Amino acid sequence: MKSLAELAAIKERMQGKVALREGSGETRIVVGMATCGIAAGARPVLNTFVEEIAKENLTDRVTVTQTGCIGICQFEPVVEVYESGKEKVTYVKMTADKAKRVVAEHIKGGKVVSEYTIGNTKI
Amino acid sequence: MIRAHVMICGGTGCTSSGSDKLAAALETELKTRGLEEEIKVVRTGCFGLCALGPIMIVYPDGTFYIRVTPDDIPEIVEEHLLKGRVVQRLVYDDSGVPDIKANSLNETGFYKKQKRVALRNCGVINPEEIDEYIALDGYRALGKVLTEMTPDQVIQTILDSGLRGRGGGGFPTGRKWMFAAKVPSDKKYVVCNADEGDPGAFMDRSVLEGDPHAVIEAMAIAGYAIGADEGYIYVRAEYPIAIKRLEIAIREAREYNLLGKDIFGTGFNFDITLRFGAGAFVCGEETALLTSIEGKRGEPRPRPPFPAVKGLFGQPTIINNVETLANIAQIILKGADWFASMGTEKSKGTKVFALGGKINHTGLVEIPMGTTLREIIYDIGGGIPNGKKFKAAQTGGPSGGCIPASHLDTPIDYDSLIAIGSMMGSGGLIVMDEDNCMVDIAKFFLEFTVDESCGKCAPCRIGTRRMLEILERITNGQGQDGDIEKLEELAMNIKTSALCGLGQTAPNPVLSTLRYFRDEYEAHIYEKRCPAHHCKKLAVISINPEKCKGCSACSRACPVEAISGEIKKPFVIDQSKCIKCRTCIDKCRFGAIEIK
Repeated sequence: MKSLAELAAIKERMQGKVALREGSGETRIVVGMATCGIAAGARPVLNTFVEEIAKENLTDRVTVTQTGCIGICQFEPVVEVYESGKEKVTYVKMTADKAKRVVAEHIKGGKVVSEYTIGNTKI
Repeated sequence: MIRAHVMICGGTGCTSSGSDKLAAALETELKTRGLEEEIKVVRTGCFGLCALGPIMIVYPDGTFYIRVTPDDIPEIVEEHLLKGRVVQRLVYDDSGVPDIKANSLNETGFYKKQKRVALRNCGVINPEEIDEYIALDGYRALGKVLTEMTPDQVIQTILDSGLRGRGGGGFPTGRKWMFAAKVPSDKKYVVCNADEGDPGAFMDRSVLEGDPHAVIEAMAIAGYAIGADEGYIYVRAEYPIAIKRLEIAIREAREYNLLGKDIFGTGFNFDITLRFGAGAFVCGEETALLTSIEGKRGEPRPRPPFPAVKGLFGQPTIINNVETLANIAQIILKGADWFASMGTEKSKGTKVFALGGKINHTGLVEIPMGTTLREIIYDIGGGIPNGKKFKAAQTGGPSGGCIPASHLDTPIDYDSLIAIGSMMGSGGLIVMDEDNCMVDIAKFFLEFTVDESCGKCAPCRIGTRRMLEILERITNGQGQDGDIEKLEELAMNIKTSALCGLGQTAPNPVLSTLRYFRDEYEAHIYEKRCPAHHCKKLAVISINPEKCKGCSACSRACPVEAISGEIKKPFVIDQSKCIKCRTCIDKCRFGAIEIK
């Protein structure tokens, strides 16, 4: 170790990788991963969220996790976003591309992508 | 892209309950499922709940699984890691409410009252990856002292924090460092005492296994503070996992030049050598430890001169315990005030205890100083198994004493424990219930010190043996009038005349049990009975003729044919043949066999 900067660089590089274990993200993105969700394509949605959150360096405040059946199989893949102090947002019929937009506009920008939410989606 | 981390405990407790196989099974299953790119398996140090191992924690949600076997792996992978449905039957539950399970570790009663400083990384990082330690602020404290602080400032910070030695004595760490810093010498040493030897204690082992870099970083900081460039870790050879992780950690630290020459480009040099203990308890005593590192027989020597003046190879040396060192980097980073804000007036910070004996959650806990024994045993430790009554807790190992139920609400710190006749010790805490005989407990600890006495001084070598002989006599039913007084006289003489701490404290278990449970000694001696029904020679086992149905189950089970009788009539035990093995008590379905 030649300098403090070198140490800081390692810390920077590693931080995203262990932040997961703190589990205290203010924002939680929960992907429905029951059989119906997986069948409807929830795996790529989940993986896209994980990648995008890491890419945007949001791991310290955003946790991506999965859950079981939310109970609205016809709307799968379903993704719910919980932010402290706010009403949860339920996105339905998600795809990897839609996930990227949710990260960019909602998680980063703070603006709900209302065209993907359950209230605005018809079967 | 990794989306979940599965932490599997790799401490000694969980390794012996099969966590190696568990990790292997999980890795295989993840591969078969094609999840190895998404889920990372991390082997960590001790989580603390050793009784419930192997332990597994899944992040980001923090689900806390206990007693996981390789057979459970397919279900965990399919249900939890793939579908996100927690496998409820494996989740740890101490809420007492069947429908509400604490899914996350931090919600459990076991963790809620804990405050983890020395153990902060145990169970959180992979101890074999230096990068993970660095990610959680590792080596930042070393960087800070080398680039921003003078050695005097470092010592002042440790002094202000109020940190006292966690190995048992409770000597202020900053003062120790100050003494060694003041002695002029070209060569000084920093020694880490990892020769944890108290029966039932495993705090230091868990720190070394779970967070070895914390100890290495602290030793380098201490080296800078006192002007030493060389350190030794004296670790028990009986701790193979701790040794392996230390070796890896030292190698990694050297590769990053966090040990070696010109650390952080500041011109400061420091390196560490590992020394393995040879298995003698006395080598945990600081002067004996130094003699042992020098390659000589591990025997204590009189102090002064204290090691801070004349220690290893005749040079000024500081010796700190593992847990003490595990606090150092945190104090540097968060400040002396932060550390001093925890604990009691004279005992700052937290203390790690190894819970053992008659307690539901055998394991490792870290609590702020000043927590009461009741909180540790009932709120964190889950109470006494099988609805038995608490009788006493033993702290301080063979140097300590017993704390009776009347002192359950004493806030635990160095001084309060000494005031009630025990001591903090290194942190072993053994809980005893109504079935434990206190004379027998005193005998157990004295057997240990007699065995471990190095033999150099007569009070310890001969005195403790004489005391043990008296205790053996008492528990065998041959106690005589005057035995208690003889024990007390011997104890006082040994305390004042033995050479080192081992001998001076050896009578403590006897003195403290005499102080609180004198009636039990008297019952053994004058009434020839053991109130806890523990001492075999004093027990009388008999059959209550009113309850006996004459089924003969007891007589068939008796290994010495001491029980006889006619079917359907009460049986009797021949006391001259009975060996008090109690097999008959277990066999009787009518509760007819009584022990007095």
